[in-house]
Amino acid sequence: MTLPSHLRQLEAESIHIFREIMADCEKPVLMYSIGKDSSVLLHLAMKAFHPGKPPFPLLHVDTTWKFRDMITFRDETAQRLGLDLIVHINKDGIEQGISPLTHGSSVHTDIMKTQGLRQALDAHKFDCAIGGARRDEERSRAKERVFSHRAEGHRWDPKAQRPELWHLYNGRHRPGETMRVFPLSNWTELDVWEYIALERIPVVPLYFSAPRPIVQRDGLLIMQDDDRLTLRPNEKIEQRRVRFRTLGCYPLTGAVESEATSIEEIVAEIAAARASERQGRAIDHDSAGSMEKKKQEGYF
Amino acid sequence: MSADKSLLRFLTCGSVDDGKSTLIGRLLYDGGLVLDDQLAALESDSRKHGTTGKDLDFALLVDGLQAEREQGITIDVAYRYFATPRRKFIVADTPGHEQYTRNMATGASVSDLAVVLVDASKGILTQTRRHIAIIGLMGVRHVVLALNKMDLADFSEARFKEIAADFRTTAERHGLSHSVAIPVMSRDGDNLVTKSTRMPWYKGPTLLEHLETVEIGSRASSSMRLPVQWVSRPNQEFRGYCGTLAGGTVGPGDAVRVLPSGRTSTVKRVLIGDHEVERAVVGDAVTVVLADEIDISRGDVIAAPDTSLRVADQLAAHVVWMTEQPLLPGRPYLLKCGTQTVSATVSAIKHKMGIDTSESVAARRLETNDIASCNLSLSRPIVFEPFSDCQVLGSFILIDKLNFATAGAGLVDFELRRASNIHWQSLEVSKAARAAAKSQRPCCLWFTGLSASGKSTIANLIDKRMMSLGHHTYLLDGDNIRHGLNRDLGFTDEDRVENIRRVAEVARLMVDAGLIVMVSFISPFRAERRMARELFQDGEFVEVFVDTPLEVCEARDPKGLYRKARSGQLANFTGIDSAYEPPENAEVRLDGASGDPEALADTLMHELTDRGLV
Repeated sequence: MTLPSHLRQLEAESIHIFREIMADCEKPVLMYSIGKDSSVLLHLAMKAFHPGKPPFPLLHVDTTWKFRDMITFRDETAQRLGLDLIVHINKDGIEQGISPLTHGSSVHTDIMKTQGLRQALDAHKFDCAIGGARRDEERSRAKERVFSHRAEGHRWDPKAQRPELWHLYNGRHRPGETMRVFPLSNWTELDVWEYIALERIPVVPLYFSAPRPIVQRDGLLIMQDDDRLTLRPNEKIEQRRVRFRTLGCYPLTGAVESEATSIEEIVAEIAAARASERQGRAIDHDSAGSMEKKKQEGYF
Repeated sequence: MSADKSLLRFLTCGSVDDGKSTLIGRLLYDGGLVLDDQLAALESDSRKHGTTGKDLDFALLVDGLQAEREQGITIDVAYRYFATPRRKFIVADTPGHEQYTRNMATGASVSDLAVVLVDASKGILTQTRRHIAIIGLMGVRHVVLALNKMDLADFSEARFKEIAADFRTTAERHGLSHSVAIPVMSRDGDNLVTKSTRMPWYKGPTLLEHLETVEIGSRASSSMRLPVQWVSRPNQEFRGYCGTLAGGTVGPGDAVRVLPSGRTSTVKRVLIGDHEVERAVVGDAVTVVLADEIDISRGDVIAAPDTSLRVADQLAAHVVWMTEQPLLPGRPYLLKCGTQTVSATVSAIKHKMGIDTSESVAARRLETNDIASCNLSLSRPIVFEPFSDCQVLGSFILIDKLNFATAGAGLVDFELRRASNIHWQSLEVSKAARAAAKSQRPCCLWFTGLSASGKSTIANLIDKRMMSLGHHTYLLDGDNIRHGLNRDLGFTDEDRVENIRRVAEVARLMVDAGLIVMVSFISPFRAERRMARELFQDGEFVEVFVDTPLEVCEARDPKGLYRKARSGQLANFTGIDSAYEPPENAEVRLDGASGDPEALADTLMHELTDRGLV
């Protein structure tokens, strides 16, 4: 299958970035978060190093609140591709009983994701974390470099970013410093779905519409994925035909009502969409510039 | 499924307050490309931070980082993505503030076209000329003048024509062969997506129409070149060379030449990802398998046999300086060109571009945002081409060797012939043989520290003790060398760098001759001590930090220099008005405040014995 020219360009650029990582980094790891972007990221990594396997493991920072379908898909994917998968859970957070339901999205995200990620990177001494973030997702991402330097302690200083010219990436860093690399920087949500369709890349079934147990809460359609989500007064569970545009912790991820049951239907739906994909993310609504603050602290 | 759309990368630039972010925001809004939840966020942001009263402040759609949203200026390069039924776009929005020239160069390096905003009431400013010069330098060929705020010029056709003519002349002077001018009013959207009713005299396309239809030729070379990025050897049967095609096409059966070795072979297979292809084209990320076993590694270039690629270690180039630490001739940086990384120094700054871009200014150093024509000297030859012939093999970045920041960017103009005519004469008596004749391990003891810290006193004691042990030594003292070899050098940062470069080279020759050399120089900068270190083999270089606090040195002041510096009679004095960067990982640190040079010499002799040097 020949790709349309813009996807061919984006694919080549991403493969180039993957191979460039190997020149400057000792011990990279691919941040595998199971969603559609991670699926594309992994697919590109397989291509970049074919016929060999990608020379780095996958890391999933598990908050223990992911959809069950995501965990199943994650384990199947690692097995199907024959890749090493490291799953890290922030044990301190578990002991403190951190939950998105009682502590809210920002505490939960900080402790279970941001802190958890730092713990995992430090424990394994990874000097480069490869992520699937795209610049079109959110405004502060629009300024992130492809090769983004992090000082000791994983801090990101948006004013001290390295200029990035042509395709001459600079991934050099001193011991203790790390890099975050984003091979999908220039992809848009639509590019991702078109590529998934053309390359027949497997994705989590939650992206496709199906009847699901839904409760309406704080303006979001939340799916009751297990019995930890208990109903508040006046709430009720309804079976609704929904799908997810992004996947995260299930109590923080809003579904959208949709009839799209195939990738082709999803592509058509997104092309006509009047809302951005992050509208279903509780994390972005916390406060103005919330993503930028999280990133300075080391959130992906 | 989507049609085969082309991708246009463009940047917007202009002076402060010309309304760049507003223009992009408005373009997205009028093009129906702002989604409902983004619009809701914009309405709330406009009330909080907006500068447009009750109206939507379109700049807020684009200005991403919180700090700049509050300051009201764009401080970095922001990338925006949008698509129309005809084309996909990646927009680099770059700041107009003079100190951020580097960001514009960055945006231009990844763009095919530039939209330059000019305020119709102000016309072409000095800063606009500088932006045009940078765009031209970075190899962008297509430029659009968006003459904004036409309301301030009463929507006058005459004013438009006058500024457009001035713009075209400037653009042509900087090699921008394709230029178009459009009168706009970005706040209200005139001539962005819809034709303006207030300027019926303008018959040309709207900005979006132009962006959707302009034809952009390739900037890549038409002759095949593949800079090798990574060698794929998953098993004994497979050896593939991975990289992104920087020019031409490649397919099975093609003859190739590998540079710099010059070995030739034939292409056996070409893969894009896991697909075997008959032909890959420029821009594709490929894996190439050759018919012959040749030793090829990252940095080599696989090219068409009749290639015009050059191999050299002396280049003339334009350099854009991007970091706060100034560029000093003689200071080594890492140079990355394609997939090659070598050590490089600027051997001469020929001249830099003045604020008024038509004038050339002499310079001994480059500060942030300076653009200069320079000569560079590399630690080993690289494979390259002039930037005008090949963007990938004609561009480079300079990386700081200490913190690895990207310090500058460069464009190769041509090679300098000098190096190829001077060959290294190999000597038949080796360093090892000379050392054996003297029964000693040659090495360089590099003493660094403030003036009056005790460097020379200790070095003298060591010299005497070594002598009495039968070693052949020599002491290179900063003051003495400045009476002869370095008498032409002063105390500016530039001269300090050259001072160290020369003495380091002399020390190396002496170590080569089998001697134990002591260098007693203040040597205040880490970068130069590191440069000195890199001239030697492992274990040959011993950095001795004579760590004496400034107050102690100043109290000693044997030559009265601190007093003179404090009273302003002596400029650029280390510790007073010139920086001393203490070593982070010196082999030996001596506590110079103790004031007992004999004891410190004992400590150092023990250390040298432990290292097997005495």
